[in-house]
Amino acid sequence: MSEQFDAGVAVDRTRAAHPPVARPPRLRAVPADGANPMAPPVDPPAIAEPEPPVDVWDRRVASALAFLRNRLTGDYQVDEFGFDQELTDGVFLPLLRRLYRDWFRVEVQGAENLPASGSALVVANHSGVIALDALMLSVAVHDEHPAHRYLRLLGADLVFRMPLISELARKHGSTLACNPDAERLLGSGELVGVFPEGFKGVGKLYRDRYKLQRFGRGGFVSAALRTGTPIIPASIVGAEETYPMLGNIKPLARLLGIPYFPVTPTFPWLGPLGLIPLPSKWLIAFGEPIETAGYGDQADDPAVVFNLADQVRETIQQTLHGLLAQRDAGEAEPAVDAEPGDGTGA
Amino acid sequence: MSSGPARAGAASPRRAFRTPKVVLVTGVSRYLGAHVAARLATDRRIDRVIGVDRHPPSEDLGDAVEFIEVDLTTPESSKIISSNRVEAVVHLAVAADRHAERAAAKEQNVIGTLQLLASCQQAPDLRKIVIRSSTAAYGASFRDPAVFTEDTEPQETPRGGFARDVLDIEGYVRGFRRRRPDVAATVLRFAPFIGRLANTSLTRYFALPLVPTVLGRDPRLQFVHVDDALEILHRSVVEQHPGTFNVAGAGVITLSQAVRRAGRVAVPIMEGGLSAAAGMSRGALDFSLDQLDLFVHGRVVDTARLVREFGFTPRSTAAAFDDFLAGTGSGGILPREAVALAELGILAGIRAARSALRGRA
Repeated sequence: MSEQFDAGVAVDRTRAAHPPVARPPRLRAVPADGANPMAPPVDPPAIAEPEPPVDVWDRRVASALAFLRNRLTGDYQVDEFGFDQELTDGVFLPLLRRLYRDWFRVEVQGAENLPASGSALVVANHSGVIALDALMLSVAVHDEHPAHRYLRLLGADLVFRMPLISELARKHGSTLACNPDAERLLGSGELVGVFPEGFKGVGKLYRDRYKLQRFGRGGFVSAALRTGTPIIPASIVGAEETYPMLGNIKPLARLLGIPYFPVTPTFPWLGPLGLIPLPSKWLIAFGEPIETAGYGDQADDPAVVFNLADQVRETIQQTLHGLLAQRDAGEAEPAVDAEPGDGTGA
Repeated sequence: MSSGPARAGAASPRRAFRTPKVVLVTGVSRYLGAHVAARLATDRRIDRVIGVDRHPPSEDLGDAVEFIEVDLTTPESSKIISSNRVEAVVHLAVAADRHAERAAAKEQNVIGTLQLLASCQQAPDLRKIVIRSSTAAYGASFRDPAVFTEDTEPQETPRGGFARDVLDIEGYVRGFRRRRPDVAATVLRFAPFIGRLANTSLTRYFALPLVPTVLGRDPRLQFVHVDDALEILHRSVVEQHPGTFNVAGAGVITLSQAVRRAGRVAVPIMEGGLSAAAGMSRGALDFSLDQLDLFVHGRVVDTARLVREFGFTPRSTAAAFDDFLAGTGSGGILPREAVALAELGILAGIRAARSALRGRA
């Protein structure tokens, strides 16, 4: 717990190479390496530090301890879906942000299409064996949106069947992908993220990459129609290459009761090392909202629902092709984003 | 769908309503029944309160409540209801019991309710029936929505005996509503009770110094304060609220949070091991499958219908739990003050170490 949390506090902008734990004995080393351009004037001249309140490390240690105390005494709030905002801000987002910035170097377009307030249903393509794309999408929404909104993900029941994973998912704000939950979240003005391809999307082979799978029964469309919520198509490029799935051992999957058993160039050959995702370059684009306000009474009409679902699917597929071309063009130039994307301290 | 019959029944009894003069309360030997009976007896609009149970009451019911010893699993209740011209029945003899008494509890819950409803059906003066149910009626499944409304159907039949009883009882009530549409039936699905004076398997559980939990599960829990439950039951009798209602405190606390707030330490155990442990050490740890289901799946209900219909908002789950903690007195083995003190100590230590280091530099 404690090192997790330290990562949370210290992550702001120590360099990736640095271990996130920065306990007091290490303190002098941090400003000394000059990684942080703001720090040197404050610390090395040991005369200028008589005032503890402006001491950034003191503040961090104090807030870390306060956080730990809150956690230990149960002094925090959880909403009715189990979303634990304090834990998400303090632990989950900082950890995911590492992956988001340094590993996948995610670039986001169209964040202005997400509403500043009120509900919206973000519908995205799904890929990459384990649902890293969902987590990265939630970081993208939180970090790139000016209001820092939380994306409430809808997950398959398999997620909520697994011990530990289910609780992490709930604390991160996810809930079961079912219409009552979707409508309740949308009705209370939340941003909801859904992946209508489901396991067909995450469990597809590498050769089928960026080919959108079937969109289920369109339950997400009826939820949006019933609550009059705009649908925002989101296209994610990059997740397909994190775990290129070459094969699927179906008998083993059946035996383990999971939808597929992936074979990638590294998994299961390298054991746990095979779980490390390949560092692909990611692009996420949020499309223009598709309004659904006028359709309220047609939520049960399969023709309307399928039409809208198709429209969303087409939009995402087109955008994927565009983003892929864009990424290929971008990667032709030498890696440009190593430094400039770095200096943020959120 | 429970709402269908409920609404159909709602239309007719509502128009000519007056407070029932004679009220029969079952299960008065237990805390809830005793307090509901005593409370109704102090209401001046009610002339007589008759309390029935198969055991003599453990605490004094007061003079105002007439106690009659009856076994509800026999047809005796029929005579009492008709000879006393009972106008309202409050059925609280529905309870979750320990493992060892499971068969007896089922007999009481299911057969007792069946007999009582049969008696009620033949009572010409009866105009109202209030039934204690439980949010356990929603079952326990991984495919359940996060929040249950009164219209949510259970996805899977629950493992727990009490939950099955509750489903049976609600089924009988639906049948009763069809046969006696003139009787207003109120079904109250209570979340687990908690409060300063409540003594339930759940409150005993939170009093353990090391609290066993299910490994990898942190269920969302909801409680209702006993005093709020009494208020709702009282209003159900003296006002007219036919239908099925969730009764719970708004908001949620997770099990880990509850354990921490109680200053206890959670000991996560594999799900299988927990049921085995529960079976072996009964007595100290009365842990039923009902509770295990709750501790795996959690249970959260929507109380909007209750608040709208009764015009009363039970205190929140967190507030109810705080009141329970205030009643238990001891701060557990990890009290809040000690943690705060440790925090200050560590912070002071770190500051001292840092200034020493800086002094040397």
